Amino acid sequence: MVAPTTPAEIGGIGHSVQRKEDARLIEGQGNFLDDIDLPNTLHMAILRSPLAHARINGIDSEAAMALDGVLAVVTGDLMDQHGLAWMPTLSGDTQAVLATDKVRYQGQEVAAVIATDPYIATDALELIEVDYEELPPITTPQQSLEEGAALIRDEKEGQTDNLAYTWETGDQGATEEAFAQADRVVTLETHYPRSHPAPLETCGIVADVNSVTGQATIYMTSQAPHAHRTLFAMVAGLPEQNIRIVSPDIGGGFGNKVPIYPGYVVATAASLLIGQPVKWVESRTENLISTGFARDYYMKGELAVTDEGRILGLRVDMLSDQGAFYSDAQPTQFRAGLFHVVTGSYDFGAAHINCKGAFTNKAPGGVAYRCSFRITEASYLIERLVQTAAYEVGIDPAEMRLRNFIQPEQFPYETATGFVYDSGDYPTALRTAMDEVGYEDLRREQAEARAEGRLMGIGIAHFTEAVGAGPSRTYDIAGLKMIDSAELRVHPTGKAILKLGVKTQGQGHETTFAQIVAEVLGIPANDIKVEHGDTDHTPYGLGTYASRSTPVGGAATAVVARKLADKSKKIAAHLLEAADEDIELASGVFSVAGSPDRSVTIQDVALAAYTNLPEGMEYGLDDVTYYDPPNLTYPYGSYIVVVEVDPDTGVWQVQRMVALDDCGVRINPMIVEGQICGGLTEGFAMSAMQWITFDEDGNCIGANFMDYLVPTAWETPRFELLATEVPSPHHPIGAKGVGESATVGSPAAFVNAVIDAVAHLGVRNIDMPVLPDRVWAAIDEAS
Amino acid sequence: MEINITINGSDHASDVEPRTLLVDHIRRTVGLTGTHVGCDTTSCGACTVLMDGTPVKACTVLAAQADGSEVTTVEGLKGADGLHPIQSAFTDDHGLQCGFCTPGMMLVGASLIAENPDPSDDDVRWAISGNLCRCTGYINIVKAIQTAAARVAESSNGS
Repeated sequence: MVAPTTPAEIGGIGHSVQRKEDARLIEGQGNFLDDIDLPNTLHMAILRSPLAHARINGIDSEAAMALDGVLAVVTGDLMDQHGLAWMPTLSGDTQAVLATDKVRYQGQEVAAVIATDPYIATDALELIEVDYEELPPITTPQQSLEEGAALIRDEKEGQTDNLAYTWETGDQGATEEAFAQADRVVTLETHYPRSHPAPLETCGIVADVNSVTGQATIYMTSQAPHAHRTLFAMVAGLPEQNIRIVSPDIGGGFGNKVPIYPGYVVATAASLLIGQPVKWVESRTENLISTGFARDYYMKGELAVTDEGRILGLRVDMLSDQGAFYSDAQPTQFRAGLFHVVTGSYDFGAAHINCKGAFTNKAPGGVAYRCSFRITEASYLIERLVQTAAYEVGIDPAEMRLRNFIQPEQFPYETATGFVYDSGDYPTALRTAMDEVGYEDLRREQAEARAEGRLMGIGIAHFTEAVGAGPSRTYDIAGLKMIDSAELRVHPTGKAILKLGVKTQGQGHETTFAQIVAEVLGIPANDIKVEHGDTDHTPYGLGTYASRSTPVGGAATAVVARKLADKSKKIAAHLLEAADEDIELASGVFSVAGSPDRSVTIQDVALAAYTNLPEGMEYGLDDVTYYDPPNLTYPYGSYIVVVEVDPDTGVWQVQRMVALDDCGVRINPMIVEGQICGGLTEGFAMSAMQWITFDEDGNCIGANFMDYLVPTAWETPRFELLATEVPSPHHPIGAKGVGESATVGSPAAFVNAVIDAVAHLGVRNIDMPVLPDRVWAAIDEAS
Repeated sequence: MEINITINGSDHASDVEPRTLLVDHIRRTVGLTGTHVGCDTTSCGACTVLMDGTPVKACTVLAAQADGSEVTTVEGLKGADGLHPIQSAFTDDHGLQCGFCTPGMMLVGASLIAENPDPSDDDVRWAISGNLCRCTGYINIVKAIQTAAARVAESSNGS
């Protein structure tokens, strides 16, 4: 680890500075969405379809309207009169705001009640009568693409089947050639199940549209307030200067708070029509059944390998379950996100990936749940495949990886799918993790355990992520380039305010981004206020998801601070009567080269910026930067999990979990480690228990925290963290981003560990979540 | 119906609908919004408050059931001599990220420490197993509760 260059009282990069946001949160003074209480606020509740697929023949809202305290019942027909019954999705499809013709999944929005009190709004839902005509539901993508399957999207012009999209990348010819040269082809078919980010705070909005001035102040749980402002302007036709999005304290996002949901549109329209603020806060069930699912990829991967364990090529065929609308929140040119990263950490020349997505009668979503657009699925597949290949070739899974790693001297490295990895030292990472866990000893213990009839497994995942979207030449969302911004103002007393286009949901931006400025200018991090989330008061940016805050917003922060450092040096030269080029800046002190006793501080310079300038210089010490990254960043890590499996019940327990992460330069090690522990827990959750399923009628199983199992402190394993620090060569401070690494990398490590425990019986796959009954069945079938 | 609840030491007499949930009463009638709602089904613990010193999930208690009781919310943790040890320990040990579960976690932690001055890792994990956190992986929450316990023990030994 690189030692900090600033003293602790300045708190630049590398210091575990205590978080500034904690002071309000530990005293119950946070300001979350539901805490916002404007005068005359009305409350909205949404009526949702109990059926997965049905035609709507009529809606009778008379009794609901008659209830005391109800102001309006909004239906699809009413929204249609304002051109708002449908809205565009982030993947170029359209999605129903309130159903007009059919309902296409259980939980779909059918009507909304606006009332003076949330209890009354909920009462009124019971009084709305909907005449449904049931249609056969389609609950799997395989069914959906069968000949003669009922057409889910019959309203969509030109749509004659249930195919949502197709996508392909890589070189098919070169891949076939590689497979022709292989000694063997190793195949793995597996399902990455539907999951849900389930942040502890659900989604919500308070829409406050002033019918006289036209000013729309919209408080919402938004990971991307600026993008949402522009999308509101585009969808609702509101003039953008009159829209102010305020994203207050956010109780976790993990991708769930990236899309625009129907409830937001209805609440805003209702506020506009009624002229009072309208609040809507999802219940947990609404959150789980209707907003932002993730994953649901059926994947078949094939590796072409030699008898020496060299990988020659990779072939992937996938089918994704999109639900009723194709609404993946992802960059425009990327139909299956950044799945390209499926070549993983390995050096081989050929890959070909084929993917199609199908509509089903399930909720839409396709959000990047704590991952950079389908990176998790890709990373999972390659890490599972490599372990399978090791078994088939007959070498140790660690050795298999070491034989195929991209070597440190090969960076920048162009993969078979065209990504250019920036930096890394994979062999050191894996060997360090192996030393820590005592890999060789564990293999001996495993052999002894097997001899005693016990099942012990050691699972490895060495993942590479692609984060920080992204370069404007390739990356946009709804046409908006994926740049991000920072505006820095240094006040006369030497204190500063930093305004960001990105938005924290718990990542600690108010602390870490101040540390970047502290590093460059030497203003103590505690003297720098960080503002974010309010579009009237911050510069434009695409928001926080896909681990892009540090790679893009953090880079913008470093660059804007350096701009001010350049101006500050000129002011310091003026104050010290020296030449500009002789001024050196370290930890907030400007001194003359060769005469360290001649110096001024950043605080002196800040005052001079408003009082005493060199001839011809403009007053003030502030600037703004919009950063267009030259490349993505590529964090990586080596995770090793040790499990013990009970052969009689299939229950598995994590004995050890060693996680080495290399996310480049660590701004605040304490916060980085906190993010890793959280991510590992979510990875464990997906591998062990957390999934959304449906019965054959399309009823969602997993609609509350009693059916959708997220781990408590009791089930969560203990983690042992390690770090290496290979900086990103193209990022201004060498950082790569870390918020999602552990969620991306760890599921394969946990699952590989369980498979490893039973691999000698011939088991090669158990789908996630690796539930005890599935493990037991796999053992039973194999023996 | 008429109820009177002592919240953080102050009496709050109100006329509530019988079906009013305690959490809604605290948040909307009394106006203390540090108590959060995360699930409505007693699963997540974000709404945890202390009722006569015992942690309860305020989304599954009627305001009427709390009539005559003493309720402590996160806003009542801080005393005349500053932050409760559990509050400073959560900051010192980085026991929170988004902060949404934090009030419930701290109240359960404070209640545990009051009964068990030296809780083991398992004691803490069992005590908070009714409270979900999606950010931290719990490790620093456990640490913070143990730190707070040690500080409380140290200050009572010293006095």
